[in-house]
Amino acid sequence: MTELLVGTKKGLFVLEGEVGAPFTVAARAFAGEPVEYAMRDPRTGRVLASVTSAFYGPKLWYADDPAGEWQQAAGVSLPDGGDTALERIWVIVAGEADGMLYAGGDPGVLFESHDGGTSWTLNRGLWEHPTRDTWQPGGGGLCLHSISTWPGDPDRLALAMSATGVWLTDDRGKTWRRGNEGLVARYVPEDTPAEEIGLCVHRLHRAPTRPERMFMQFHGGVYRSDDAGQTWTDIGAGLPSDFGFPLTLDPVDPDGAYIIPLAADTDRVTPDGHVRVYETRDAGASWSPRGRGLPQRDAFLTVLREAFDRAGDDAAFELYFGATSGDVFGSEDAGASWATAATRLPPVYSVSARR
Amino acid sequence: MPCVYLRGPLKGLAGDRADHEITGDTVVALLRGLEQAQPGLAGWILDERGRVRRHINVFVNGERGGEETAVGGGDRVDVVPAISGG
Repeated sequence: MTELLVGTKKGLFVLEGEVGAPFTVAARAFAGEPVEYAMRDPRTGRVLASVTSAFYGPKLWYADDPAGEWQQAAGVSLPDGGDTALERIWVIVAGEADGMLYAGGDPGVLFESHDGGTSWTLNRGLWEHPTRDTWQPGGGGLCLHSISTWPGDPDRLALAMSATGVWLTDDRGKTWRRGNEGLVARYVPEDTPAEEIGLCVHRLHRAPTRPERMFMQFHGGVYRSDDAGQTWTDIGAGLPSDFGFPLTLDPVDPDGAYIIPLAADTDRVTPDGHVRVYETRDAGASWSPRGRGLPQRDAFLTVLREAFDRAGDDAAFELYFGATSGDVFGSEDAGASWATAATRLPPVYSVSARR
Repeated sequence: MPCVYLRGPLKGLAGDRADHEITGDTVVALLRGLEQAQPGLAGWILDERGRVRRHINVFVNGERGGEETAVGGGDRVDVVPAISGG
């Protein structure tokens, strides 16, 4: 049985099932509210959800049973009395230390929890970074959407933020440095001064079995780093489009990655009406389309950055993604074939899978 | 003393009570006082800047008010989520 936590425009849906048959809605929470992201901490079983009420602002909630009572997490806010308010929590990630969790949000903020998500504190190193007043938001805001831990080492962390690029720490978040060498922003004039270029990273992941290797979907460009995110090489050749948002990695093979290209930044739907996941088995030297079982005619889907995930940490992993059409698809054979897991949900913002 | 009236989840967060007599001479001062008296409301009506959230409306004696609208003894202040969404 696989559990999918599907964040949608109209609440959290907990789906359960097996690839090949429709999943069932085991629970729904936060009915009517936008749920940006939800995840189940594999260490404790606790479910955490980011909810952005249009009326009452962003909140982070937790529950041991998503069908039961939810508690509001404490401390998920910016310092009182300033000139900035928290807009949204984009992502929640389990850390490497016991009880440690991270949450990334807009405006370019990182929160840390040391008690499994009950209470949170703002990471001051990033909040008070001396360059903060030069940071530029992307179209979705100044969103910190990707948090990559380093397996077994809680001191090392990589973040990605639109549109300030990649941030790296080796001291558990006390200090941060940029990791953007090699990224090319094709969306600004060539003579734009480097310090004025906003680097619009769309998604970032670290290969679990070779932590110095990372993959990135950029705003025009797919990149790989072999030095823990310091420098980047474009690996987008051979794709129908190197624009897109979602990205996930093979849990075992550090050369394996999956993306779902969209046509262009001005046309954010699957190209030519085909829904295809693209897979590399050689670290981006080549890409192969994986569309068997996915809609291949007149299907113009938008898949958002947090809506693609992997279930399982061994070679028998499964893949799942959802679209703003309300469809969710799954693969139990590493992307070779796909089946519909759900249809007619509200627009899907995020998918978090657990086997 | 002015009285703030809450509904929906705000009422639930404030001890499941709709009416709250609070001291304050403006809407925003009243809402700050309400947060102090009912800490469960922190961040729900006012954001970190101390501003009334964009889609929350405040009515003073039935008329739309702003943060600096003056309030006094006996005034009724309703806090109402806007009719918005999609």
